Amino acid sequence: MKPLLLLLLVLTTAGAAADSGTGTTMTIDAIDSRPVDELMLALGTASFRDKETLVTQLAASGDARVPVLLQALLDGTLYSDATTGALIATPADAAPIPLAGAARADVPKDDLRKITVNNGLRSQLRVLIAATQLQNPDPAVRRQAARTLTGNAQTTLLPLLDRALAAETDAGARAALAAAQASLNLANPDPAIRAAAVAALAETSDKAILTLLEQQAGTETDRTVKAGLARAITDLRGREQRFAFVGDLFFGLSLGSVLLLAAVGLAITFGVMGVINMAHGEMIMLGAYTTYVVQLLMPSHIEYSLAVAVPAAFVVTALVGIAIERSVIRFLYGRPLETLLATFGISLVLQQLVRTIFSPLNKSVITPQWLSGSWEVNGMLSLTYNRLYIILFALAVLASLITLLRKTPIGLQMRAVTQNRAMASSMGIRTGWVDALTFGLGSGIAGIAGVALSQLTNVGPNLGQSYIIDSFLVVVFGGVGNLLGTFVAAMSLGVVNKFAEPLVGAVLAKILILVFVILFIQRRPRGLFALKGRFVED
Amino acid sequence: MTDSPRLLNDAASRWLLGTLALLILLVPVFSLAVPETSPFHLSTYTVALFGKYLCLALLALALDLVWGYAGILSLGHGAFFALGGYAMGMYLMRQIGSRGVYGNPLLPDFMVFLNWPALPWYWHGFDNFFFAALMVVLVPGMLAFAFGWFAFRSRVTGVYLSIITQALTYALMLAFFRNDMGFGGNNGLTDFKELLGFSLTSAATKNGLFVCSGLALIAGFLLCRWVVASRLGRVLVAVRDAESRTRFMGYRVEHYKLFVFVLSAMLAGVAGALYVPQVGIINPGEFAPLASIEVVVWVAVGGRGYLYGAIVGALLVNYAKTWFTGAFPEVWLFLLGGLFVVSTLFLPRGVIGLLGQRRRLPAATAPGGTH
Repeated sequence: MKPLLLLLLVLTTAGAAADSGTGTTMTIDAIDSRPVDELMLALGTASFRDKETLVTQLAASGDARVPVLLQALLDGTLYSDATTGALIATPADAAPIPLAGAARADVPKDDLRKITVNNGLRSQLRVLIAATQLQNPDPAVRRQAARTLTGNAQTTLLPLLDRALAAETDAGARAALAAAQASLNLANPDPAIRAAAVAALAETSDKAILTLLEQQAGTETDRTVKAGLARAITDLRGREQRFAFVGDLFFGLSLGSVLLLAAVGLAITFGVMGVINMAHGEMIMLGAYTTYVVQLLMPSHIEYSLAVAVPAAFVVTALVGIAIERSVIRFLYGRPLETLLATFGISLVLQQLVRTIFSPLNKSVITPQWLSGSWEVNGMLSLTYNRLYIILFALAVLASLITLLRKTPIGLQMRAVTQNRAMASSMGIRTGWVDALTFGLGSGIAGIAGVALSQLTNVGPNLGQSYIIDSFLVVVFGGVGNLLGTFVAAMSLGVVNKFAEPLVGAVLAKILILVFVILFIQRRPRGLFALKGRFVED
Repeated sequence: MTDSPRLLNDAASRWLLGTLALLILLVPVFSLAVPETSPFHLSTYTVALFGKYLCLALLALALDLVWGYAGILSLGHGAFFALGGYAMGMYLMRQIGSRGVYGNPLLPDFMVFLNWPALPWYWHGFDNFFFAALMVVLVPGMLAFAFGWFAFRSRVTGVYLSIITQALTYALMLAFFRNDMGFGGNNGLTDFKELLGFSLTSAATKNGLFVCSGLALIAGFLLCRWVVASRLGRVLVAVRDAESRTRFMGYRVEHYKLFVFVLSAMLAGVAGALYVPQVGIINPGEFAPLASIEVVVWVAVGGRGYLYGAIVGALLVNYAKTWFTGAFPEVWLFLLGGLFVVSTLFLPRGVIGLLGQRRRLPAATAPGGTH
């Protein structure tokens, strides 16, 4: 099956080369007449026009080295050794791979000649690579290959697609192949086939197909096909808008999750304990720096570094928090304005400490492989993994925090002390100890937030400052002492921010949100979810 | 006016006023009349530095009026200061005229650079000094009025108020950083040439500005003292110590707070306006929340609720800042942070309170009872 398909591929792409006016004449005899190695070595000295023929023949050879070679050629990392003529691929993230010819151990840099490509060759290479990938055992790769071929391939590739479609078992890849096939059928002279293709494409969700259909609408002459096109375009545009909305919503929720992570620790220290901790942002920063240090300590296991960094950051910042509570804050209970000033002083000291130890420059925290990239839901919606994980992570943190406060003995004690200190004390709860633990918990959660933020923003001494005002606004907006309110406030602010951004610009959106929250607090000074009841201060 | 706290207040005030008056008289003499070769000569740099301190002291005084006497801890007073500064900066920008880099007689350099077709409407009138001077007071005053109107009527107090004042100055900072606001964006307003026809680089103008700052500080101090010694001041202290009780006694608490908040914002605006020609630049950094909260520490270090404490605190901390950022730049933030902690933990009444205890004088009205 495989060789047959490849043979077909050769025919089609060779035809394509001829179509595009290169003037190369291709015969089937030419294919097997030279061994693969010889074809490869010929690349070193070939002209652009010869290269087009050569890569087509190589793609047809079915040799295992060919995909590597084509990719290297496309990436501009394929070199030939000027002395021996050997062919070497030098991928950016791996050791050099000798492909053909007599490989030498150490090739002097001066001897390496880059094998150049031009734009025509590049687009041909992309199609060829995709075509070789249609046989890849991984359905995801096949799906991507089919998507690459959609609208980019020449009609001569159609038989290849037909066969691949017949052999395809994966549903996603089938759909992608069908779309690719239909996109090629748009050029068919038979209006009935064109109409069928349009109908098939109307079902897809892909930006590239929308562009394709719009182009087709410009050139289409047949009236029925034209009407079908108009319907298909409306369908796709509607779908595009809906997916854009979903994408924005997702992005907004991820922004909200960042806010939630930053604010939830504050919801404990400020909301539950009533302590204004201006050093909260610096706890986030310390958490981010802990991630950096953890990665320094385990450079060969970056993939697992975050799993280590989360507990490490919790412990480090919780200890710092407990130290602050015991040394400063406990003397200032009941004097919120003084607490505010003292903790602000602490935040300055912590910032300067980090600046002295780690330098004022930003540190680069590495993103593990499993956090990078994105989940391509379809051609119109792709969700980046780091944002996806941060939403899940924020929810997990919130859930475990609520469980801790509601279901565990220490949570019970924390609530008891905040509700009625004197009574709790007379029931035998060591209130001072519980205060320290509660403050440590809030700080530790800020540290965890720092681990998450280290994956999204620059890690520098000022990291915390940019979150402190937002965090306070979220807590106050949601209603002090109410974790669920904090959640709703964070998410709604995140989503509103994202949807306001394209309308008024990022900075203005932020300003408007600040103004909105300021006005909101004026209307409802106790937040969205205020505790019910009548009371007066003093 | 016969109880001892007032007497202490008076003695110290007279002492402070005397020192300020002496400075205003002597500094220009030592700077202009004493020849440069003499060891007693004051350089124009020093004069401008002292002038700067006096402006910051006026800002601290404005904050002490609201924080020390009405219990409103504003973490956004830097915003009023900066707005006053911007109003003055806009006047100075217009005075440059066609002497800018691009030589445009109407548009300031940054507008030419950013391809603004015409002067935005809010820049009109700022070529007139008296209009600009009016704006120096009016713009911060109106912002404070609008903000305070909403905040005090809906009874936002204590920490909540502090946080939203901080959010206010943060929002303004973000806004002024934008180029399309028409205030020079990141770079702010600078390259000033002259004020009322006097070159800003000349020693005489610097001395003149110093004297103006000193006079403004004295005037501001007398005004604040008059306010706090009046019946209104008594009500303010009552609001500070027991807001609900004062309200229940029939006082419209929000009106008192609003009045003093607006007055304080106007004083801060004047301080900003005098500050800008002396340092030669105004940029959005003045809106930074840190800048505002630093003012709070000046007042806290000096002693809150004495008025002259704020002035002493501002002078002390700023002198220390100049010295440390010159000699040991990396130590300064440690020290500033430490000052916050120490002054709240060990010096609830600031340096002035400490001196008062040492001399066994009865302390002034304790600025306790915060909430």
